[in-house]
Order: sequence, then structure tokens, then C-alpha cells
Amino acid sequence: MATQVLMPALSPTMTEGKIAKWMKSEGDKVESGDVLCEIETDKATMEVEAVDEGILGKILVSEGTENVAVNAPIAVLIEEGESADDIADAPAPAAAAAAPTEEEVEKEEAPKEEAASAPAQPKSEPAPEPEYDGPMKSQTVREALRDAMAEEMRREEKVFLMGEEVAEYQGAYKISQGLLDEFGAKRVIDTPITEQGFAGLGVGAAFHGLKPIVEFMTFNFAMQAIDQIINSAAKTLYMSGGQMGCPIVFRGPNGAAARVAAQHSQCYASWYANCPGMKVVAPWSASDAKGLLKSAIRDPNPVIFLENEILYGQSFELPDDDDFTLPIGKAKIERKGSDVTIVAYSIAVGIAMEAAEKLAEEGIDAEVINLRTIRPMDTATIIESVKKTNRLVSVGEGWPTCGIGSEVSSIAMEQAFDYLDAPPVRVAGVDVPMPYAANLEKLALPKAPQVIEAAKSVCYV
Amino acid sequence: MARASKSGASSKSAAKSTSRSKSKSAAKKPEVTGEQLLSYYRDMLMIRRFEEKAGQLYGMGLIGGFCHLYIGQEAVVVGMTQAGTSDDSVITSYRDHGHMLACGMDPKGVMAELTGRRGGYSKGKGGSMHMFSREKNFFGGHGIVGAQVPLGTGLAFGHKYSEDGGVCHTYMGDGAVNQGQIYESFNMASLWKLPVVYVIENNKYGMGTSVERASSNVELHERGAAHDIPGMQVNGMDVMDVLEKGGKALEHARSGKGPYILEMKTYRYRGHSMSDPAKYRSKEEVQKMRKESDPIDNLRHTILEAGHSNEDEMKDIDKEIKSIVTSAAEFAQQSPEPDESELYTDVFLEASA
Repeated sequence: MATQVLMPALSPTMTEGKIAKWMKSEGDKVESGDVLCEIETDKATMEVEAVDEGILGKILVSEGTENVAVNAPIAVLIEEGESADDIADAPAPAAAAAAPTEEEVEKEEAPKEEAASAPAQPKSEPAPEPEYDGPMKSQTVREALRDAMAEEMRREEKVFLMGEEVAEYQGAYKISQGLLDEFGAKRVIDTPITEQGFAGLGVGAAFHGLKPIVEFMTFNFAMQAIDQIINSAAKTLYMSGGQMGCPIVFRGPNGAAARVAAQHSQCYASWYANCPGMKVVAPWSASDAKGLLKSAIRDPNPVIFLENEILYGQSFELPDDDDFTLPIGKAKIERKGSDVTIVAYSIAVGIAMEAAEKLAEEGIDAEVINLRTIRPMDTATIIESVKKTNRLVSVGEGWPTCGIGSEVSSIAMEQAFDYLDAPPVRVAGVDVPMPYAANLEKLALPKAPQVIEAAKSVCYV
Repeated sequence: MARASKSGASSKSAAKSTSRSKSKSAAKKPEVTGEQLLSYYRDMLMIRRFEEKAGQLYGMGLIGGFCHLYIGQEAVVVGMTQAGTSDDSVITSYRDHGHMLACGMDPKGVMAELTGRRGGYSKGKGGSMHMFSREKNFFGGHGIVGAQVPLGTGLAFGHKYSEDGGVCHTYMGDGAVNQGQIYESFNMASLWKLPVVYVIENNKYGMGTSVERASSNVELHERGAAHDIPGMQVNGMDVMDVLEKGGKALEHARSGKGPYILEMKTYRYRGHSMSDPAKYRSKEEVQKMRKESDPIDNLRHTILEAGHSNEDEMKDIDKEIKSIVTSAAEFAQQSPEPDESELYTDVFLEASA
């Protein structure tokens, strides 16, 4: 039976092309794989091979013709015994099936969900923070993180910890102190210094069904692994149509420590928070650290858990309970107030609290929101507060450009514009690589006086 | 473009006895019945016909974006799959359609993913380079050159941690072996004796750059030397050689001795992707490989020569496969595009506890 040869699309963007040269003449025998003609596309000249076998019965588009549309018939192949005269109605190889009619589509698909006319982004509310009135204890952030991991490892065999110096050295920052003794070398694993490799290995293990905690000695080194974190961990669930869950926690200290200069002093919150498919958590207190890390380990999705080295040694009160968890995606109002909303995360929450105390002495009653989770951000808590105070200041150590503060401001302007009595103000790290000199480093990081100044400015004081 | 040879390929095979010393050596190789040989033939032919059809649909604009065809390399994945067990996991990069079919994934679901329809393995959200099947232990389908190698090493870590007896078949191309993360993976796999077989599909070109122009040492099976990983070169155009050496490598990994590297000397007949004009190699080079070393034609000859089957039966197999591929292509065009509501699904899993 005669078949049409159609103008092929030879690149993702090609819509038309030029028949540069016919390599076969009418009457020539054609085997599959034979070059029929050369086509000039927008990018290159390419050879077109025969799909089917037969005899080139007729060339429909002559050499040198430009702007030939993709899928236009360019030649007809006939079989032995057929005549070129039989080809008038030669069917295109599969073109007939190319465009199913609406009716066919309807018939084909039995389960048709009620589709909204426009897709609406589903919003799942995070569970509220559980009420807790049990016994409390005082712990450092460091101890809280260790306890969170130890409790979850006791709870589930599939949870394991890997990273540089996490086992025998007991952790570069002593977060994993004692874990090797309790859980052994199978579950507390020292890796070579090979961030991209072990981050990817962790993701593969999570695909297999394990629940890895991957410690980066600092998040600065995770830049080596960011392809595995974003392309492999965060995107695969979507790319697989929901099959390939990746329950993994990437954790470690983030942001500036002290006097370690530009390559070791960067906040990555906005980098990771930009990407759908993972959750980004940034605890401040020991209670945050423990409750959120336990939730992160239990979460079936990839979680970036941004700690802060300066906070590791700070002590806080927290529930004395092995089952204590905090919901990811829920901010906490650390201090209630009515005059100005200060939104902060990680170490900046402490700065905001300090500023709030000083502002109170001057008669300004600030409300401090500890974001706890950067993504998904608890916008409801921010908006509710802004509606009450009508003024907004954000505080974070990261750079200001395209930063978390920018996001907080946008949310307020989009969702509570009419409630704002002043433009929101961002207090952020200075827009330079972190300097080493003690005096310059101090200048580069936000401090309470800047927050106080920002709060007064939005209050027009 | 698309090369769909129907049954015409059989007439060519008669003129090719010179390249076929295989039938002799096949006798020494793992004991394989005629029935098994026919099943390898069938599996390889399925991949070839599927890919030809995919090329055709691409040309018609029904498949978009990037589309990397596996034509010419079929013996590699069919031999490795036959050498493995159902406990094993498989991961590869973006030239992945053959791996999926060899794993037993449904041609309809694969083709419908290529056309971006809801009947595709990823509901149309992944495309040619991103398909998965937990059921068949196929873990993708990854678009970043080399990134699948740490992932496969992690799957092997999972096999060892959970003591499930599986080995991860981790595929990569000759282009990927110059990526740093490959050696990070080799190091950890050897250090921790992980059950992984690294299958380097050396088809001579990383996109348009030949191995000689990209690699200081072109003996790719030696790439594990620095990490004490044994390696072997395999004739990747001969399914029996792949089966035999793949079996040895898998046994090595499964028995707790750690990783193994197989360098499959193979060849892709088509361009790197559909939009590759392939000016970096001569037409003669491609033709010579097709004529002398085609894994499917050669196995067909072996089967006929040994009397395991006859022309009529082989033609029936060809017909059967053609009809499977045709119905896959029909399904891939009739399955509707994903519902618009799917835009927002599968970003997160809901916590169960």
C-alpha cells in the first residue's frame, strides 16, 4: 500500500524547513534507513531517513522549496507492483490517528474528574501546634538536635545518619555526639569528603525506601551537591507522576558563624525556598530544633533543615517528651504585640526579640513572628498580624536581593495592601560577600539597633 | 528520519555470515535454550521497533522536546536484564526507553509518556527522560549527565542496608564517565562494598564528541582502578556476551564483593537526540556498524542457523511486535492530555502519620 512521507520535525522548535536536496529519485528502491533527502532547519542541515520501505513513487515537494510545513506530505512511497498513478489517496502513516476528535477523547477516558475551569492551587493547612502542658527542661539547641535524631532512630530502623565526621569524630559541631555508640556503624556513617556523591547516594537510598538524614558540615559545602538536592530530591516526585517519594533530611549549619569569611558564611534560605518540591525549615530555639527536626525526619518529602552554628550552644526551655513534635509550615508568634509586626527566622528571631524588648521601653509594642518554616511559608499568620499592626519589618541574615524578606514583603503587599500604613522594610545582611575583619563582619550582619530603627520608621516615630 | 524496516531486515541478514562467529562461541556461553534466544530476540526487536515508532511520532510533532533513541544498543540492556533477578533495581540517564521496556514496563505507558498524555508512566509530567516504575524496580530516567550514578549507588546502599539481595544496575554513557560524581560514587561503593554494577554504555560519542576527544584514557573499563573496582570490556552488540559477562559482574556484586564495572562497546545508529545532524561521524561508519554488527540481525541469524526457529516463525514475531508497537502508538495519541488540575499535584506527598 502506498504511504506518504511527511515533512518531519527535526528539533523541538522546528515548524517548517527547506527541502535542500533529494538524494533519491522517483522510481528508486528505498530501504528503511536510506537517506531520502536533506532538509535545512532553523539550526542545521539534516538527513531524512526513510521510515518505511518501498519505491519512491512520487516526489511531491521539489528540491529548493522553502518554508515546507512540518507534517506536509513531501513524497509517496509505493510497493512493488503498484503504480505511481495509484497514489492519489495515499494515507499518511499515522497522521490519521494524530488528532483524535473531542468525542473520541471523551469516550476513551472513563474516569473524568470534575475539572475546575482554571486550575486552582490546593492549599493544605498545616496541623496546629499541639497543646503541651507537660514537664519542661532546659537544653541547648545542640542537645535538642541530637535527641531528635536519636529518638527518631530508636523509633524507626530505616532512619540513618550520614555525613562528614558524624560518627567517630562525634560530629564536627558535636551534634551527633553519642549516636555511633548507640546505633553502630551501620546507621551512623562517616562519609568521605564528597558532598555531591553522598547527597546523591542519600537520595538514591531514600528512593529505595530508607529515611536518610544527610548532614552537611555546613550548608556552604552543600553547594557542591545542589544539583542532587534540587534536580534529584525535589523534582523526582513530580516528574514521576507521584511515584517516587524521597523522604530525606538535609541538615547542617547555615549562614554566618564567626570570622570564617565569605565562602563559609552564606545563608541559603532563599536559594532552597525558591524551589518547589521540598520543605525548608529554619529553627531558632531548642524547642523549634527538636520539634521540627523530628517532624522533618517523619516527613515523606525532602526537607532542608537550616541550623545556625551560633545558636548551637544557646539554651532554651523545651518540652521533656520523646513524642514532642512541631508542625512544619506553621509559624510561631514569639511575642504578642499591637504596633508593628517583625517577621524573622533562625538566629534573627533572637535579634527581633531583643529589639522588641527595647522598643517596648520606648512605648512601641512589637509582635515577633518566628517563621520556623520558610517553605511552605505560614502566610496566614503573617497576614493576620499585619492586619492588626498595619506595619511590617522583616529580619534575616541573608542577602536582601530576592531574599526571604522580599518574599515576606510581597506577601503582605499582595494580601494585605489596604491594611499597611507604611511600606514594609527589610532588615537583612549587607549586600557584600562576608568580610573576615571583625569590625567589618559585625557591620555586615543585622543587629537589634537596625531592627529598632526599621520598626520606628514604619511607625513614623 | 525514522527507520522502520518492517520485515525487510531479514533479507539483509543472509549476506552477513562473516560477522557471525558468535554462533560458535555461543555454545560455550551460559546454557541458553532456543526459547530463551527467541525471547532475547523478541525483547531487542521490541525496543528497536518501539524506538523507530517514537522517531516517527517525533517527526510528526507528537513527541516534543528531547528524544534520545536507543537504536543499536539493544543487546546491552536486554542482556543485562536477563542476567539479573527481579530483586535488582535499574537506573539510567536519559536514553532510557530501552531500559524501561526491558524491565517489563508497558509500551503503551512509555509511549504515552513520550506524547505527554495522562496514560503515561508519569501522567505526562516527566516525558522521555523522566519515567519510573516502582513495581518494576526501574528508578529512572534522569536528565542530568552522571547524576544517576550517585543515585544508583544509593539504591545499592539500600539493597545492602535492607539485605534484600538486590543489585543495582547503574547505567551511564561514555560521556558521563568524565563527571566527578562518578568517581565519588566509585569510591564509596568500593569502600562500603555496595552491590552495584556500573554499566558504561560506550557508544563512542558523548553527544558529538568522540571518546578519543573527551577521555585521556579510552579504556573505560579501567576507570575503577583507582578504587579497586574490577572492570571488563564487553561486546555490547552481542547479547550473549552481555549475558555472560553481566552474569559474572552481578554475581560478584551480589556475593558481597562490592561494585563491578562493565564497559559495553556499543553503537547508536541515530543522532544523540532527534535534532542531531550527526556531522561528527561518517555515514559509512554508521552503515558498516549496522551491516556487520547489528545485535538483532546477528541473533536472528544465530537462531535460524541453529534451527531454533524458521523464517515463518520469526516473521510472526516481527508481526506481533509491530502490532504491540502500533497499539502503543495509538494509545499514546488517544490518551488525553493530563487534566489541568494535575499541574499542582505530586509536588509533595501528604504525611501519613
